[in-house]
Amino acid sequence: MAIAAAAHGAPEPDFYHAPSKHKGIFAWILSTDHKRIGILYLFSLLTFFLIAATLGVLMRLEMLTPGKTIIEPQTYNTFFTLHGIMMIFLFIIPGLPAVFGNFMMPIMIGAKDVFFPRLNLLSWWLFLAGGLLALVSVFLPGGATDTGWTFYVPYSIRTSTNVIPALMAAFILGFSSILTGLNFVTTIHRMRAPGMTWFRMPLFVWSLYATAWVQILATPIIGITLLLVAIERWFGVGIFDPSLGGDPILYQHLFWIYSHPAVYIMILPGLGVVSEILPVFARRTIFGYKFIAYSSLAIAFVGSLVWAHHMFTVGMSNTGMFVFSFLTFLVSIPSAIKVFNWIATLYKGSIALEVPLLFILSFIVQFCIGGFTGLMLGALAVNIHVTDTYFVVGHFHYVMFGGTGFGLFAALHYWFPKMTGKMFKKKPAVVSWFMVTIGFNVLYFTMFILGYQGMPRRYYDYLPQFQTLHVIATVGSWILYSGILVMFVNLLISLRKGEKAGANPWGGETLEWTVPSPPPLENFDVVPTVTTGPYDYSKYEAVQEAK
Amino acid sequence: MFQSASPFADYIDATFLTIVGISSLVLLGLLIAMVYFVIRYRRSKNPHPTNIEGNIPLEITWTVIPLVLFMGMFWMGWEGYRKISIIPEGAVPIKATARMWQWTFEYPNGVVMDTLYVPAYTPVKITIRSLDVNHSLYIPAFRIKKDAIPNKENLMWFKTSKIASYDVACAEYCGLRHSYMYTKVVSQDSTDFESWYKAASLKQSKVYQPILSKTQ
Repeated sequence: MAIAAAAHGAPEPDFYHAPSKHKGIFAWILSTDHKRIGILYLFSLLTFFLIAATLGVLMRLEMLTPGKTIIEPQTYNTFFTLHGIMMIFLFIIPGLPAVFGNFMMPIMIGAKDVFFPRLNLLSWWLFLAGGLLALVSVFLPGGATDTGWTFYVPYSIRTSTNVIPALMAAFILGFSSILTGLNFVTTIHRMRAPGMTWFRMPLFVWSLYATAWVQILATPIIGITLLLVAIERWFGVGIFDPSLGGDPILYQHLFWIYSHPAVYIMILPGLGVVSEILPVFARRTIFGYKFIAYSSLAIAFVGSLVWAHHMFTVGMSNTGMFVFSFLTFLVSIPSAIKVFNWIATLYKGSIALEVPLLFILSFIVQFCIGGFTGLMLGALAVNIHVTDTYFVVGHFHYVMFGGTGFGLFAALHYWFPKMTGKMFKKKPAVVSWFMVTIGFNVLYFTMFILGYQGMPRRYYDYLPQFQTLHVIATVGSWILYSGILVMFVNLLISLRKGEKAGANPWGGETLEWTVPSPPPLENFDVVPTVTTGPYDYSKYEAVQEAK
Repeated sequence: MFQSASPFADYIDATFLTIVGISSLVLLGLLIAMVYFVIRYRRSKNPHPTNIEGNIPLEITWTVIPLVLFMGMFWMGWEGYRKISIIPEGAVPIKATARMWQWTFEYPNGVVMDTLYVPAYTPVKITIRSLDVNHSLYIPAFRIKKDAIPNKENLMWFKTSKIASYDVACAEYCGLRHSYMYTKVVSQDSTDFESWYKAASLKQSKVYQPILSKTQ
């Protein structure tokens, strides 16, 4: 991206060493610098991720043999509940926007910070409070909640476990998410550098913009719904409780009116990361920029209208079934458009198979498998058979983990040099990519077969005929988990011992690569003026023409 | 590998396998293109990229073709669902009641069983209800499932195509012993079913276990 920048004065200290009015840890937890908040999110979020992933591995271990392997049924039920709550509300939903959106988005649009820096800090505090409340609820008398992350009534009204603290945690986390969305929409509207028109914005920013709108519009619905469950537990008003004349299906509608758009809150930034990283390593412009940008908006819009496809077995009218199945197929079109444009972006590129690109390639394949199994789930006749089985578990892990999770790993490696000023070691990173990809597919592909064979989800015990596949899946979980540990250890070691990274180790053309690594406190000495689109790699091409 | 025992099971499997087939072909195509591009245009061989900003005819092609394919899949799914949802006249009515953590089945003569006995080759209509939390009546071999929701009656029907017994599971999480909420559906030929049904109604037994001669 061509920039009219003024001459530099004395080099400014990077944001880690910039003067702060607070000392020690307070310089972090009271900082309103979007980069520090991004780092705060990164560490808190990865901690929650490791806890939830450990719960996942323990659940898989329990599934190694029929009957009891290591834990009791009640423990198992609380494990999958916590695994879901933590992975969704504390890892994937905040995930890319809160970490990389916070750190990179203002720089990518040429701004010094987000529009509401203090609100930004508040949203991290809410995130932390919600996360801690979720953890504390496990140890309160009554025991950890065992409702599943969906909190379906009437079970969530009847169980004696600590549902209310878990509901409150999700409620608070919702506010954190709304504030982040609000901040991003405002920032993207108001703080773009001169010349940074809408269609010169990096595609990661576009995806954050679409996501932010969904966060603002959909999250209040889950907030009020969870609050109503709490009210029902406290006062027994009869909104959802069938014994008081309430309607359990009303709850499911309200829940999914948020939670399906939430799926797009989770995946859209992941799609944005793919569109962002591909051109850099293909060293050419993205194929079909506008189609990719508009498809994000289309996904956000149509994705808000498909919620009841989670409820095809509750006993809906055939009209309802028809419409929701139809819309579900419609929403897969923009995703397909993205995939085709990504593959076309590799065509006639100059491709460097670096670690971030490896994760992106895994992402694309796994996202396709997640999407295709989504089509199978969208087809009504098939849905009736495989809904609430391992097929669904496989499907959403392919999209959420194989997609967004891998997108986060890609982003972590891609922006690691920018955020830390250090380069990670390549060999162990490649090893970790290989282990994570193999382990992931062994673990979750097996679940499709299990599901079609009729293995219901959320089962502590299972019929003996399912054991072989369960053993395969469990072995996959070990490979996957080890790969994740290798990745994190490598990054932590590189943080200390990695070689110094320059301002632009990958040869990126977006604005964050024009500032030093790590960036100074206010990112830019002089606000840049933007004159071209985000992925202008014509200089590499020009050499060829000169020959 | 997949047990199939109802008329719509075959249709649903065919729908599933059609989508699996199309998906596998497309995935294979994408995978080959991706790997080929990565190898063919690697930086050491192709140091100078060609910037192609897009191609409208291509964009239209890969919007329209998926649209047509997806609409086909949608229609297959919908047709299959109509077979599942339209209950034939004169189906044998049975009431299924779910509670934590057991299924019971009530016949028109008042007999209540914890196993679902049905006449083979005959449409059976199940009215599903729940006494406490949400459950879901799931018969994998028939490829059907319907939730049991308190204060609501849901309907399901099927016709078995073999004389055999199959697993019945609960597919909606319902607490501690959710994974043990299994029972069996036993289909018998009509004479066996009739004699069982008469004996059952004579004895008015709550949990009567008949000796089945011709089940597999």
